[in-house]
Amino acid sequence: MSDYETHTFDVLVIGAGGAGLRAAVETEAAGATTAVVCKSLLGKAHTVMAEGGIAAALGSVWPEDSWQVHFRDTMRGGKMLNNWRMAQLHAQESPDRVLELESWGALFDRTPDGRILQRDFGGHRYARLAHVGDHTGLEMIRTLQDRAVAAGIEVFMECKIIRLLTDPSGAVCGALGLWRESGQFVVFHAKAVILASGGIGKTWKFTTNSWEGTGDGHALALWAGAELVDMECIQFHPTGMIWPASARGLLVTEAVRGDGGILKNRDGERFMFSYIPEYYADETADTIEEADKWYDDKTFRRPPELLPRDEVARAVNAEVKAGRGSPHGGVYLDIASRRSPEYIRRRLPSMYQQFKELADVDITTQMMEIGPTCHYAMGGVRVEADTEASTVPGLFAAGEVAGGMHGANRLGGNSLSDLLVFGRRAGIGAVEYARGLQHPPVPDPGEVEAAAAAALGFFDHGGPENPYAVHQDLQEAMQSLVGIIRTEADLVRAVELLDELDGRARAVAVEGPRQFNPAWHLALDLQSMLAVARATTLAAIARRESRGGHTRDDYPDPDPEHFGKLNMVVRLDKGTVTVTERPIPPMPDELAALLAAER
Amino acid sequence: MTPHADTPTTGGTGAPPTVTLAIWRGDAGGGAFRDYTVRAIEGEVVLDVVHRIQAELAGDLAVRWNCKAGKCGSCSAEVNGKPRLMCMTRMSTLDTTAPITISPMRAFPVMRDLVTDVSYNFAVARRIPPFAPGPPTGDGTYRMAQFDVDRAQEFHKCIECFLCQNVCHVIRDHEENKPRYAGPRFFVRVASLEMHPLDTLDRRQLLRTELGLGLCNITKCCTEVCPEHIHITDNAIIPLKERVVDAAYDPVAWLGRKILRRARPTPAAEAAASSPAQQHNEVIVTDPPAVSGD
Ligand code: SF4
Ligand code: SF4
Ligand code: FES
Repeated sequence: MSDYETHTFDVLVIGAGGAGLRAAVETEAAGATTAVVCKSLLGKAHTVMAEGGIAAALGSVWPEDSWQVHFRDTMRGGKMLNNWRMAQLHAQESPDRVLELESWGALFDRTPDGRILQRDFGGHRYARLAHVGDHTGLEMIRTLQDRAVAAGIEVFMECKIIRLLTDPSGAVCGALGLWRESGQFVVFHAKAVILASGGIGKTWKFTTNSWEGTGDGHALALWAGAELVDMECIQFHPTGMIWPASARGLLVTEAVRGDGGILKNRDGERFMFSYIPEYYADETADTIEEADKWYDDKTFRRPPELLPRDEVARAVNAEVKAGRGSPHGGVYLDIASRRSPEYIRRRLPSMYQQFKELADVDITTQMMEIGPTCHYAMGGVRVEADTEASTVPGLFAAGEVAGGMHGANRLGGNSLSDLLVFGRRAGIGAVEYARGLQHPPVPDPGEVEAAAAAALGFFDHGGPENPYAVHQDLQEAMQSLVGIIRTEADLVRAVELLDELDGRARAVAVEGPRQFNPAWHLALDLQSMLAVARATTLAAIARRESRGGHTRDDYPDPDPEHFGKLNMVVRLDKGTVTVTERPIPPMPDELAALLAAER
Repeated sequence: MTPHADTPTTGGTGAPPTVTLAIWRGDAGGGAFRDYTVRAIEGEVVLDVVHRIQAELAGDLAVRWNCKAGKCGSCSAEVNGKPRLMCMTRMSTLDTTAPITISPMRAFPVMRDLVTDVSYNFAVARRIPPFAPGPPTGDGTYRMAQFDVDRAQEFHKCIECFLCQNVCHVIRDHEENKPRYAGPRFFVRVASLEMHPLDTLDRRQLLRTELGLGLCNITKCCTEVCPEHIHITDNAIIPLKERVVDAAYDPVAWLGRKILRRARPTPAAEAAASSPAQQHNEVIVTDPPAVSGD
């Protein structure tokens, strides 16, 4: 092992998006030596793509708002599968995290009296999202990036982690990385490792995710013995671009609807009124008149366009299937007829630019064509709510790679706040754990050699497969068989295909040098994607009901008596991915009372 | 996997439409342009075609990208010699009758193919003293008028594509200037701090010395290439130059500017913001009135 470049830190953070950077700022401030490793350059993580805002009950627009209402909205949006303690901490702490970000230099849009302006979003009772136009994620990442740079945190850019290292007791104590530029390996020794690696969207064909969203952290955790939870719950964002074909899947922010945009079918009908589920009937307007009054008066009920994302995505899907779609197979999102061009350009500048430059569509005068796109994994590493500790000692997780916070469906805006709240908590948890260690753990050298040899194997064995082709076939399989609407037969077929694809991924041959070789990187990313795809598919087979981001055509209704009380837990058991049911712990009375309260 | 395997996307001649990119392949030791011909598909951007080449003809073609939506600033390159984001350059805007050349940014050392070593930029970032806010108001929060955050918000739109750095003649072909020059991206960064309503630091001395603001002679090439349409010269560089030169490093005037700006009552700011002419003046040309008065 001495042959490899080696670094030693107290805490290693994997991922430099909002959660990773927030965690690193915390650990460094606590006096722990800290390194951040990321696959791209600093500042390019997927957080940058977040558009709408950060949900936090600041009450600067609606003083009636409170953490209790935010908690309730989050749990109901998550169809009660959430780790309620995480939802509670998130609702309680996100206002402080937003104000903290402001004190670090973030410049949010303002109310007339100089406070942080908040915008409406789906599933949120009050206007709750602190934002900067429609590029809030950029503001967050740049603020945290500058903070991390100023704190002198070491950042290892363009470095992919391929294995977590464990000591003989099974505790995580470092990681093996690969410098993308040089193709050389690098070993990190650390007392604690925080996964903040983001999502898994690149496993599907139409996705908002960047190339980095390959589920590395989910897979690393699984391989290291950790448990994943809620992997069957995948969020398909209702509004992705669908034309031009090459732009298909790109995110169209929910802020368009929050700021007044509506959905229409081919016939110009505002169809969401036909898709109000019983569960949300009490809080959703059932006439156009009432819906339109809500923006200014919250005593009215919310427009159905602002139902939680799972509901809207299913409705869009159903309209298209019923033959009422737009020419390119989506529906229309219309803000042009609802708001002035100046308002649209001011509030949604990057949407304006994106449609103008990529689709020749002027959203201040024309409707957008949109359709569902794979956006977010609710599931992830099962963590302890207060510390973000996984089920493996030394391993922590925060942000999208962690599971539980969002239950079966995440509300828009709850992601950026999740990154801040749990990034910070993971930092605190990791430092505490590292301090408590008697002896720094020592990784097993055999693990490093085995993982490095496996990675280099792709250059040697002259297999017949092209990694890009295997990736495309994986995306096709997941898109068509493990998409928005699922059936047992499709899911079983998907498992068969995954078996095949596993074999093909092992037979990938990479040509060219080790230096910055994207085919090699993809061959390695495929290993993560295949592990995640299997976890998702098996968990989807096990949950025989429909709930949030998991819709079964063969079990179209929720089953509150059985599956509504369970989380699906995925783990690796002697090399085999297994799914077990785990009862959701009972909620304390004071939280249960919040849910029972009237809307 | 060959271009001929597919049916044409448009009718006509029978042969599927194709497009040829001449992509620079090589590393620090040198390289050359190589032609790649693949299917052409309606509505695509340059990055889509580069990806198809990667998938079908050159698996090891090195290229950076993340968002594919003009939001992360990863995919900067020179398309037919013009600095562009590849993900926001529609193929339909280019002449496809001849090969389209794609080369790495010239101002930075090549690592491999289209990927350059941009570490210079990260090194400059570390030299800029960070945001340092004054104390919050009584309730522990800050108050700022939209009018006051507008100008700094423009600079916060920067996606760090470094295209402005790439075209700035001070460093484009002058490696020797890099140690004493921050470049337009970082003048934007300093401006965002200096014009942040809550910031209390004075970075003018640094601008004059280490950051080399004087080397910029306002050619505006940077502004022309900025994909975020930030008025780099008019709104960042020129006001910074005025502050550095005019005030002649007068600490009292500087302090006056900071204090007056924060103390400006909100209603007045709101009223000022509602006057488009005044706002235009303020944003494009000069400092706030509080400064020009001293
Ligand atoms: S205006 Fe100044 S910073 Fe911009 S390109 Fe010209 S010399 Fe460089
Ligand atoms: S100022 Fe504009 S051109 Fe320069 S790095 Fe930022 S976004 Fe790119
Ligand atoms: S890939 Fe993000 S700007 Fe082009």
